[in-house]
Amino acid sequence: MSAKSAITVERWTRESRVALVVAALVVGALALGPTMFDANIVDRLTTLFIYVILAVTWNALVGYCGLVSIGQQAFFGLGAYFAVRLADSGFSVYPALFVAALIVGVLSVPLSSIMLRLKGGEFAIGMWVVSEISHLLVNLDTLINGETGTSLIALNAYAIDSRRALTYWCAFAAMIGLLAIVFFLLRGPLGAAIQAIRDNEEAAESVGVRVLRAKRLVFVLAAFGAALAGALWVATAVTFQPKTYFSPQWTAYMIFMALVGGLGTFEGAILGAVAFFAIEAWFGGAGVWYLVGLGATALVFALALPRGVWGWVEDSTALRLLPIGYRVHFASDHARGEAASGPAPPRET
Amino acid sequence: MILVNQAIQGILLGGYYALIACGLSFMFSVMRIINLAHGSLAILSAFALYVLADRFDVSPFLGLIVVVPAMALIGWALQRTVLERSARGGLLVPVLSTFGLSIIIDNLLFQQFGADTRSLAPYIGDLSFDSWAITDEIAIGKLAALTLATAIVLLGGIQIFLKRTQLGRMIRATAEDADTVGLVGVNARRVNAIAAAIAMATVAISGAFLAMRATFDPYAGALQLIFAFEASVIGGAGSLWGTLLGGVVLGVAQSLGASVSPQGFFIGGHLAFLVALFARLFFGDFGPRLRRAFLGRAA
Repeated sequence: MSAKSAITVERWTRESRVALVVAALVVGALALGPTMFDANIVDRLTTLFIYVILAVTWNALVGYCGLVSIGQQAFFGLGAYFAVRLADSGFSVYPALFVAALIVGVLSVPLSSIMLRLKGGEFAIGMWVVSEISHLLVNLDTLINGETGTSLIALNAYAIDSRRALTYWCAFAAMIGLLAIVFFLLRGPLGAAIQAIRDNEEAAESVGVRVLRAKRLVFVLAAFGAALAGALWVATAVTFQPKTYFSPQWTAYMIFMALVGGLGTFEGAILGAVAFFAIEAWFGGAGVWYLVGLGATALVFALALPRGVWGWVEDSTALRLLPIGYRVHFASDHARGEAASGPAPPRET
Repeated sequence: MILVNQAIQGILLGGYYALIACGLSFMFSVMRIINLAHGSLAILSAFALYVLADRFDVSPFLGLIVVVPAMALIGWALQRTVLERSARGGLLVPVLSTFGLSIIIDNLLFQQFGADTRSLAPYIGDLSFDSWAITDEIAIGKLAALTLATAIVLLGGIQIFLKRTQLGRMIRATAEDADTVGLVGVNARRVNAIAAAIAMATVAISGAFLAMRATFDPYAGALQLIFAFEASVIGGAGSLWGTLLGGVVLGVAQSLGASVSPQGFFIGGHLAFLVALFARLFFGDFGPRLRRAFLGRAA
């Protein structure tokens, strides 16, 4: 059997082309947002965009790179803090949101040198310690008034409607930008490299993957994403109370979104964010039981369905809407598959 | 003289941190799992003791007779239902599942007991405030001394148990290579469940001291987890005597930090943790070396 004619490699399928068109239409409709929807929906969509940012960047870190961090609230809080700080020192408030995230991204570079030495659970709690330290250091700034917190008063310069629209567009642009960055990074050599690291670090290193460099890039990207989400959150919530922003609850949300949607799948993180958004809208009022439910769902998914809803869909239907990898079809699969146990699903690399 | 006092108080405080870190460290060295629900489980046992003391007038020390076996059972069940399955899924899953578990425990406790802070101090009489005056400026709290002594006895006891008993040797062998011990007739699943039970029994004891020396509330577990983790990392993860040392270093760093500024207590501890991480970068990991000393040739 000649290997060349027997194997075909494809990335885009018919379904994924359709999905791309649908995604483009949705993005187009959302871009018009504030001009079309009423105020309540605009606010809610802004929240959803922030959740998507959190889910997608945490998923890149955990699902693709295998680095479970439960301290991403460090960057979330610092992003919000720097936004407040910059705005207070006279910086224009909306650009300040993005500059704040950039500052946090830069700060995360030296931090990665220490933290990435830790492995597994040690890295996870180590990051939590980092968030505690960040929280304490932010409290030292007199601008913040300790746990009382402060507000992003610079926002008062804008009328309520234009503020809502501007925040919406900032969150929208941030989400689309980060989705695009993560999508193209994962499709490129880095995506292959970090997944190799996740699956077996030593083996990845032995075939020439520069492990530390690849991990650092994703770490910084995730820090930037969480910081941008934090800065945008303070723009929607206006008040900055350190305790709320440096709360591990944010990480609980990220875990929930990524785990339920599908850890290590690009579409899954988006799905998870939408699912979380819906669940919060319906059950958020249930208070403590709602949180118990989130924890229980995360536990069940971690044990029974670690690749989440979308991972399950992918595994059982071979459906890829926004393909990150390639698919290899073996022409002889069908014949061989029937001889063994049913047709073999196409493999993804 | 003030500095000496700070150091002594720090060492005494370190006894508590060594105690809370003991179970975390033990579990990590045997099962290679960092249990993120560790702090929440300590708070759970604190609440159990509180209920016994408050409703049934059982002194916390007597209450331990019930709570320690109960927590050991929980440890066994936890290993069988959650940890074992998680560990099979690789490094990622235990972190996610135990974090999920901690959210469940914290919020169920909140649902049951509300946001009030509680303490076991009222139920132990004079012990909560009695102290020996060494000089005019230095006094050693009896409860703090008891905590440190308990930590030393517990850590030493576990060490002797691991070194000298049949079961201890089985636990060490399973930590080394769970597949191979199966070949020589050790039931690795059972051994790991026993190890988890032992770890949770120590958690019950640390929960008791936590609740006697200070106040606690349903969400206090996270901070206890962080302290336990810091102590075990400073001492070299997975080493029990290292854990005692780590606890003392953490306690002294916090105590000295507190003498610098009001917020310095926590910052001092976290800084000690970061310095320990830095030291690892430059001098390599102390953990395996201490672990070797502690588990015999293991690791």
